[in-house]
Amino acid sequence: MLLNIKNLHVSINGKEILRGFNLGVNNGEVHAIMGPNGTGKSTLAAAITGREGYEITSGEIIYKGQNINNQSPDIRANEGIFLSFQYPVEIPGVSITNFMRTALNAKREFEGLPAIKAGDFLKKMEEKKKLVDIQSKLTNRSVNEGFSGGEKKKNEIFQMAMLEPTLAILDETDSGLDIDALKVVANGVNALRSDKNAFIIITHYQRLLDYIVPDFVHVMFDGKIVKSGGKGLAIELEKRGYDWIKDQMANR
Amino acid sequence: MNEEKNNGKIIEEVTSGEYKYGFFTDIETETTPKGLNEDIIGFISKKKNEPEWLLEYRLKAYRHWLTIEEPDWALLNHPPIDYQDIIYYAAPVQKKTLDSLNEVDPELLDTFNKLGISLDEQKMLTGVAVDAIIDSVSVKTTFQDTLSKHGIIFCSFSEAVQNHPELVKKYLGKVVPYTDNYFAALNSAVFSDGSFCYIPKGVRCPIELSTYFRINAANTGQFERTLLVADEGGYVSYLEGCTAPQRDENQLHAAIVEIIAHANSEVKYSTVQNWYPGDKNGKGGIYNFVTKRGLCEGYNSKISWTQVETGSAITWKYPSCILRGDNSIGEFYSVAVTNNYQQADTGTKMIHIGSNTKSTIISKGISAGYSNNSYRGLVRISKKADNARNFSQCDSLLLGDKCGAHTFPYIKTNNSSAIVEHEATTSKISEDQLFYCQQRGIDSEKAIGLIVNGYAKEVLNKLPMEFAVEAQKLLAITLEGSVG
Repeated sequence: MLLNIKNLHVSINGKEILRGFNLGVNNGEVHAIMGPNGTGKSTLAAAITGREGYEITSGEIIYKGQNINNQSPDIRANEGIFLSFQYPVEIPGVSITNFMRTALNAKREFEGLPAIKAGDFLKKMEEKKKLVDIQSKLTNRSVNEGFSGGEKKKNEIFQMAMLEPTLAILDETDSGLDIDALKVVANGVNALRSDKNAFIIITHYQRLLDYIVPDFVHVMFDGKIVKSGGKGLAIELEKRGYDWIKDQMANR
Repeated sequence: MNEEKNNGKIIEEVTSGEYKYGFFTDIETETTPKGLNEDIIGFISKKKNEPEWLLEYRLKAYRHWLTIEEPDWALLNHPPIDYQDIIYYAAPVQKKTLDSLNEVDPELLDTFNKLGISLDEQKMLTGVAVDAIIDSVSVKTTFQDTLSKHGIIFCSFSEAVQNHPELVKKYLGKVVPYTDNYFAALNSAVFSDGSFCYIPKGVRCPIELSTYFRINAANTGQFERTLLVADEGGYVSYLEGCTAPQRDENQLHAAIVEIIAHANSEVKYSTVQNWYPGDKNGKGGIYNFVTKRGLCEGYNSKISWTQVETGSAITWKYPSCILRGDNSIGEFYSVAVTNNYQQADTGTKMIHIGSNTKSTIISKGISAGYSNNSYRGLVRISKKADNARNFSQCDSLLLGDKCGAHTFPYIKTNNSSAIVEHEATTSKISEDQLFYCQQRGIDSEKAIGLIVNGYAKEVLNKLPMEFAVEAQKLLAITLEGSVG
């Protein structure tokens, strides 16, 4: 199993957000995590990527057979965990090109490889830019500075393509995207899908799942998964709304 | 709360990096006794075989200095400086005159090699001529022959006094008179060596010129004097670098740089200041009190200052432009980094006198640790300066919550046609930015370097290519151990 989350409890400033979360992800799988706002979807992404301030009070995150509860975020990233941010941050004065070269070389250094040659790097950039339909001009601009919502999300998927993660988490990647951008992003993700990696797609709406078809759909409520199923579950949710799940929970 | 703590930790780690140039070279040094009086000044002047008028100039400056007080308006704190406890002249003992590199003391060559400055013309960065100054004297100026073919004079100040006294006499103190301020008066009395450069009419200097300053001897002050003159239509790009050994006591550095730009000429002056900043607890370090000023004397002349200030325990420096010629342009681009207990009070003065004069000020302050970093600037538009324009942008970046950033802009406009713009921002490296980088596999230390360099990019881009890379590394090193 690539990722195995066992009975995970996570608190922020003493407030428990994840309450006994369980999830197993194998290579080659795409898992969608759905649920109403405030159920802990983004907290899950933060916990897996090791963001400071998200305290694991009990449970385990096992990645590639190793407990990574206390691993620093950069090591997790270099081990192949990637997060496409819901709100990508601006880094003024740092071009995407420079940022990506730094990131790629950090990963290569971690793997004991020499820094990438300039020519190879540029070739790789060109190849991956096409994948998400990114204009050449964009990569000369500072990371996310003055980007439109669509450009920011495309840039996240572009970075994912550059870094070729084993486990990619997409946090509300569809939010703020028009249908054309949504298709571009979905196509990019689909092109990267293989039996050697896995995706966790966090989304509020099922429309992204029309384009990235998941193997499993999980519904989160109050800090844990309350219902799991196939693609059909997402469609049912879309029809009946989250209240249906809430009612089910209440009647238990 | 957690965020704050985390930021603090990384900032602390990143900014506690070690100073790389703290070594001391054990060479035979000739020094004067500690203290300052007319005899010492006479000794320095005699040592340098100076003409009578120059000795007179020194003595006048000294007598003036005795009547004035150290300025106290800067946001700087330091114990009183005992001016009688300083050695005012220290020179490595070497053979009389140097005709070739072979005659330079190998110890000295080695010192500069360690600093990454090769004085061997064959091995040097192509396209950069260097004047190497250790303590009070210049040890070697490279590429002089190449330059003299273009009629360019580039030599140590002492040499200029001997070989071009008429030029020195014409321009010395023209932009910074000894009455200008306390430290200028002190420098004018005891200045030892520095660089002199003259670009003749219509000549574009084909290579970068640079001076490398090294303080080596203990208990000494360094009082260099640099004079750059670009005659009509001339162009030169000039860079200075500086380092000093790591010592527990503070050492004084009080320099003067004067630039004169005649009609249609352009002078670019870049500084990478990396004097020893003191240790993590604020012990030791250089007190850097410097007066730098350029005079855009002629029509359409341009002076551009670029500085990267990472060193010194105390920095007090305001490279300025007097825009006298019509259509003249003054620029000031600055990155000042302070860490641990460093203090910097730096900025510029843009004095608009001629009409259609333009000035640009871009200042980027970065503070970490317990340091204090102030921008202090004056933009003055005088009565006759019709259609003068100024744009100022002063940004401060804070790393951690124990440091300070301050901005003191002064604007005085006496002409209603002037357009003066001032923008200022203060920001912190956010936990979001750090985490974003870390999530891409970049560790916190590299992330800080990346973010800070991005922040300072506008200024770093103004440095000559060869030095921009060095400056970037320097910024990262200075902040090593400062992130948290």
